Amino acid sequence: MAQEYRQILKYVDQPGYTPDIDCYLRNGGYEVLKRVVALPPKTLPNGQTLSGPEQLRQEVMASGLRGRGGAGFSCGLKWSFVDRKSGKPIYLICNADESEPGTFKDKQILYKDPHQMIEGMIIACYANDVHLAYIYIRGEFAEGAKILNRALKDARAKNFLGKNILGCGYDLEIHVHRGAGAYICGEETGLIESLEGKRAYPRIKPPYFPAVLGLYLCPTIVNNVETLCAVRHIAALGGAQYAKLGTPNNTGTRIVSISGHVRKPGYYEVEVGKATIGELINDPIFGGGLREGRKLKAVIPGGSSSKVFKAGERFKLKRRGLDGKETEQEVDMLDLPYDFDSLIAAGSMSGSGAIIVLDDSTDIVAVLANMSEFYAHESCGQCTPCREGSLWMAKVLHRLTQGEGRKGDAEYLARIADNIPGGRTVCAFGEACSWPVQSFVAKFKEEFVARGAADEEHRAQQGTGPAAKRELAASPQG
Amino acid sequence: MSEIHSMEPIPNPLREQPDFAVPPDIAAEIDELITHYPKKRSASLMLLHAVQERFGYVSRQAVEWIAAKLELQPINVYELVTFYPMFHRAPLGKYHFKICRTLSCALGGSYKLHEHFCTKLGLDPHAHGAQTTKDGKFTVEFVECLAACGTAPVMMCNDAFHEDVSEQRADEILGGCK
Ligand SMILES: Cc1cc2nc3c(=O)[nH]c(=O)nc-3n(C[C@H](O)[C@H](O)[C@H](O)COP(=O)(O)O)c2cc1C
Ligand code: SF4
Ligand code: FES
Repeated sequence: MAQEYRQILKYVDQPGYTPDIDCYLRNGGYEVLKRVVALPPKTLPNGQTLSGPEQLRQEVMASGLRGRGGAGFSCGLKWSFVDRKSGKPIYLICNADESEPGTFKDKQILYKDPHQMIEGMIIACYANDVHLAYIYIRGEFAEGAKILNRALKDARAKNFLGKNILGCGYDLEIHVHRGAGAYICGEETGLIESLEGKRAYPRIKPPYFPAVLGLYLCPTIVNNVETLCAVRHIAALGGAQYAKLGTPNNTGTRIVSISGHVRKPGYYEVEVGKATIGELINDPIFGGGLREGRKLKAVIPGGSSSKVFKAGERFKLKRRGLDGKETEQEVDMLDLPYDFDSLIAAGSMSGSGAIIVLDDSTDIVAVLANMSEFYAHESCGQCTPCREGSLWMAKVLHRLTQGEGRKGDAEYLARIADNIPGGRTVCAFGEACSWPVQSFVAKFKEEFVARGAADEEHRAQQGTGPAAKRELAASPQG
Repeated sequence: MSEIHSMEPIPNPLREQPDFAVPPDIAAEIDELITHYPKKRSASLMLLHAVQERFGYVSRQAVEWIAAKLELQPINVYELVTFYPMFHRAPLGKYHFKICRTLSCALGGSYKLHEHFCTKLGLDPHAHGAQTTKDGKFTVEFVECLAACGTAPVMMCNDAFHEDVSEQRADEILGGCK
């Protein structure tokens, strides 16, 4: 049976737990930092000496931690790419832009346990020899920015931040930087541009890999809020111990945001891969199943940019048994372990850890139209395929929901979507806006074709007026 | 030789605010903010927030003042005002309702909620952009995912989040706006 495993959310929502520093300190707060900055250099059997920060970086590498922001890239590896020889300062930025539709986990940490994230961030900065760091928080979290500013001030007053932290000779300053309502600021190079005071136009990679040419063209680490909290727990437990949580190559815990057509939408922290998609949706301790009398239609597994799964879809998964032998197994979509690798193997991704559930009352065409409007609104506009493509997809989908569709619209949508991603754009938003269209249209093609055909027929019979409009899904009460 | 007509000046789409003056408390906050960054330009978003919070919008004078403060050209600041959806070029209502339009909230009834507010306040329920009532009291706007999708439908009234907003709850929120 899958269980919740509250490591990062341990205190969040506990009665009486408050975001102030005294409450955090009463519950063991900043103890990990105290130990970390006192780590003595370690001499290896081969005579090499590792400094405290180097040991920390090794622990993070050994932990197998993968980024919780979206791409699931190894945190240890990301840190190892940092150019430490350039002589330039190294910056660290906490990505608190939380804007992938369906995702609402970072907000819980920022609003309810900000010091945990700050402690993780200080440890990450210490490990990487960073002396100036920023928290990039989305503009709508105005209260969150206030909470963070207060928390930083209190941490400074206790010398967890500032000059000569805890007497160890290390200096660090962290500032809060507010975004202003643009989704693309979540993309790390767009975020960096925005932090430089410009429009959030993502930078082309190569050459602008943040680890080498990031903020002010200096080496820069961008990590998600949850990733930085995990760093605190890795520093506390040790990398090897942390790696025992979760499953091989998918270590640790992860906060899953569940929304849409379930009885108990919410955020649930689990060991990565220890719960299946089906358990997360249906188990009474998680999503609690669908509404009375409803059946599952589709699942968007990793934030709105991930490719959709259709109910009943089956996938072949390679699994390693206890004897170490790999066997191939066919599993239902609901039986996919909710981890990084299984979802990639099934052609989608766990992305930001956000599951959106759609029941059989849902109008799939309207759902995709809703999502496409988001992408059309949020494209930064630098690349022609993305700017024009996202807009055209939204327009075609809009007409399909307004009774103005054509039979050929499904093909048309697929053709537009196929021509956006795959290295034609500066950033992965190109993929993000086309993956939903590609997957929805491919997996629910009959519905798109039938909608367009019905609209055409209606117009042929009735003259030019549009067919009737339809609801997105059964109302929440119904 | 054909005559060369002098071009009409391009109308400035930023509002005029002739009496724009930065009060001392904001000026102090701004000077502090600038010290947070190794390069002044980085502070531009934070300065725009600070100015907008006080005046409710960003005027031509505000853009020029920020540009001068950060040793930039006005265009460097103006292009931010036009790029980032949270900056406004005209005053909004005293109460600004941002209703989330994105998928999880739409499934949870946010279109009905938006319509409810618009109908109550005499605004166009089909318009997605910001609309302000004639008395300048309320602005209603559809926005994208507010990162609270588990408690759909979600909205903000100024900086405060409201979650699980039923029509009854919406009326209470409206009633609380004095
Ligand atoms: C279009 C787009 C939007 C993104 N939005 C976010 C976001 O809101 N929050 C986030 O942490 N990462 C976001 N990312 C991922 C970041 O680019 C980056 O990979 C991440 O912050 C790295 O942190 P991690 O390694 O700790 O996951 C986004 C990426 C793309 C392409
Ligand atoms: S892919 Fe889209 S969002 Fe990304 S840089 Fe190009 S236009 Fe901007
Ligand atoms: S979809 Fe409305 S808050 Fe995310």
